Amino acid sequence: MSDVIDTLAGIAPGSPLDAIRNQRLQARTHAQASYDSLFRPKSEGDASKAERLAIACFVAGLHGRPESEGFYGTALAEAGAPAAWKGAIAAAVASAKGQGPYGHYPKGPLSVEDKPGPLFKLSASERTVLGSRLAAAFEHTHMLVFHPRDSAPPYLQALIDAGWSTTGIVVISQLVAFLSYQIRVVAGLRALKARPA
Amino acid sequence: MTDKVLSAPPHVEPVVFTRDMLDWLPWLEPMAEQDLTARHMAGLVDAARAKSPYFRLLVRDPEVLEARTKTDKDIFYNPEAGLPRAERELAAAATSRFNGCIYCASVHARFAATYSKRVEDVDRLLAKGVGTDLDARWNAIVAASVALTSTPITFGPNHVDALRKVGLDEASIVDVINAASFFNWANRLMLSLGEPAAAGKA
Repeated sequence: MSDVIDTLAGIAPGSPLDAIRNQRLQARTHAQASYDSLFRPKSEGDASKAERLAIACFVAGLHGRPESEGFYGTALAEAGAPAAWKGAIAAAVASAKGQGPYGHYPKGPLSVEDKPGPLFKLSASERTVLGSRLAAAFEHTHMLVFHPRDSAPPYLQALIDAGWSTTGIVVISQLVAFLSYQIRVVAGLRALKARPA
Repeated sequence: MTDKVLSAPPHVEPVVFTRDMLDWLPWLEPMAEQDLTARHMAGLVDAARAKSPYFRLLVRDPEVLEARTKTDKDIFYNPEAGLPRAERELAAAATSRFNGCIYCASVHARFAATYSKRVEDVDRLLAKGVGTDLDARWNAIVAASVALTSTPITFGPNHVDALRKVGLDEASIVDVINAASFFNWANRLMLSLGEPAAAGKA
């Protein structure tokens, strides 16, 4: 059984890591089911497939992982997204890259551990290409990727103001959070594969 | 348009990492219990989760929630081979400590303390953070979790070597990778869709 994580990590059927992944068969199966339900959704009413893939390209780019950037970039092109999105996403990635996790804690003893950092705003030209709905999603995505502990209700209000439904916000939050997992599993397995015991 | 951000009721905000039981208050409207269909109940996996505002919010996309939950349960509960449960929980707690998710850290620090019986070490991780000295094996697991949690990801051959040196086999290393990676999923949902509150204090 081969799945997206195998594809991205370069794990061949019958290899030692394939066998180890099968010891957690439910996790393996349902990581793939998570991917399937996010990217082949039953309903696109709250978040379209093209929107989902555009966000995925942005997440992959922010992590600087070529295997995921290539995979989701190809999927975005195949989904029939506007051709201008590719360049706009690349420009957004270039201006948004950073180092995480940073952010603030509730005021108190943990405040000494506060690590301030930027709040991402998309430039006017990329906003025009991507539209205000995706622009708001990208700004939120940047926070989820680099400084999730800065989350607060006004950031969800910004998504609602840009036209996202409550269910749509749940979907894109799951999508960014799932990719934060998938990209790390792939990075970990690749590192392990590259270092035989 | 009924979609709106909720204002949290009066509550006591936790300002330190703790093993205490915490509540979680949603910033968006969970589904009402009476509106849950068979499809939603399948998404919740455990019927008892219909009482949880967190799961009733996530069940707005039931298929993703179901797959997320089954991934989670297998990574942490599957008893076959690999890393002992205590150390999978350690990886979850360290990831949550580093990302700054006070709620997730509370749950998984409790599990790590229960399964390892190393209550003082777990409490030191919560109090001092991921740089604190635990022992060689736990230090290697915490360092690997931190490297996987950093963006860009810094996990590499030195972390693999360090985990092998303290006795982890390949399946156990994959468990560390799965546990730390999964909490990068969980932390982002818990942190961004609501906030923790001291249990029963208003």
